[in-house]
Amino acid sequence: MARLFAAALSGALFGAGLLVSGMVDTAKVQGFLDVFGRWDPTLAFVMGGAIVPMVFAWRMAERRKTALLGTPIPPKPAQKLDRNLILGSLLFGAGWGLVGLCPGPALAAAFLNGISGVVFLVAMLAAMVATPALRRALT
Amino acid sequence: MLQQDWIWGLIGGLMIGGAGALFLLLNGRIMGASGIIGGLADGSGRGNWAERVAFLAGLVLVPPLLAGLVDEIDTHLTDNLWLLVAAGLLVGFGTRLANGCTSGHGVCGISRLSWRGIAATLVYLLAGGLTVAAFRYLMGAI
Repeated sequence: MARLFAAALSGALFGAGLLVSGMVDTAKVQGFLDVFGRWDPTLAFVMGGAIVPMVFAWRMAERRKTALLGTPIPPKPAQKLDRNLILGSLLFGAGWGLVGLCPGPALAAAFLNGISGVVFLVAMLAAMVATPALRRALT
Repeated sequence: MLQQDWIWGLIGGLMIGGAGALFLLLNGRIMGASGIIGGLADGSGRGNWAERVAFLAGLVLVPPLLAGLVDEIDTHLTDNLWLLVAAGLLVGFGTRLANGCTSGHGVCGISRLSWRGIAATLVYLLAGGLTVAAFRYLMGAI
């Protein structure tokens, strides 16, 4: 029960942060990616601000074997730059640029984006369901 | 950009990082939006589904509740169906193939000095920048 409460609290704070930072506004996200237009640097401040607490969290986590509620701290995955990482990030970035939504803000603004947001989420979820099969086809 | 936008960006960013820190130190999980929902979509996260659902409930429900307290929020999302479907498919497939998105690879990966996270972030920023340039200035589609 404590784990579920902590997870809901993290999700709530994540969502509130996305709202407060302006990252639910797709114009601000596309404005950051639009380096040839009126560049909007807000996203860099959001990313920078988010990395600071996480640097301390990783330092604390690396001194422990388990998290406070009992699960093991996730080990650092093998640092291999494989094809799936690069290809996946290329495709993700293209979709992100097209409409200015990535998964976090798409979920946080699920009730703020109207029917357009629902269309995006349904397509995103369908692709996520299909990915294991597509991944097998790629290898 | 309004002058105060970067301050709100920084404050919101600290909240996002705080959320990731809580999820790591309390639950022992990496706060990656695409991984949390993707594990439910493809069944790979069946083992801790309740924790994922709880996180998503907070993420989906709290912003509209808070948004009700401030002025109307315009998210400026396009209503072009083809763009929305194409973007949704690309984001869904791309993030799952790469095992992460802006929160997992970006926030959690960079802060851990993970080369995979840093490389993924550089690649999706580049792809996003090129896509906006191509669709806005070459095609005039967005």
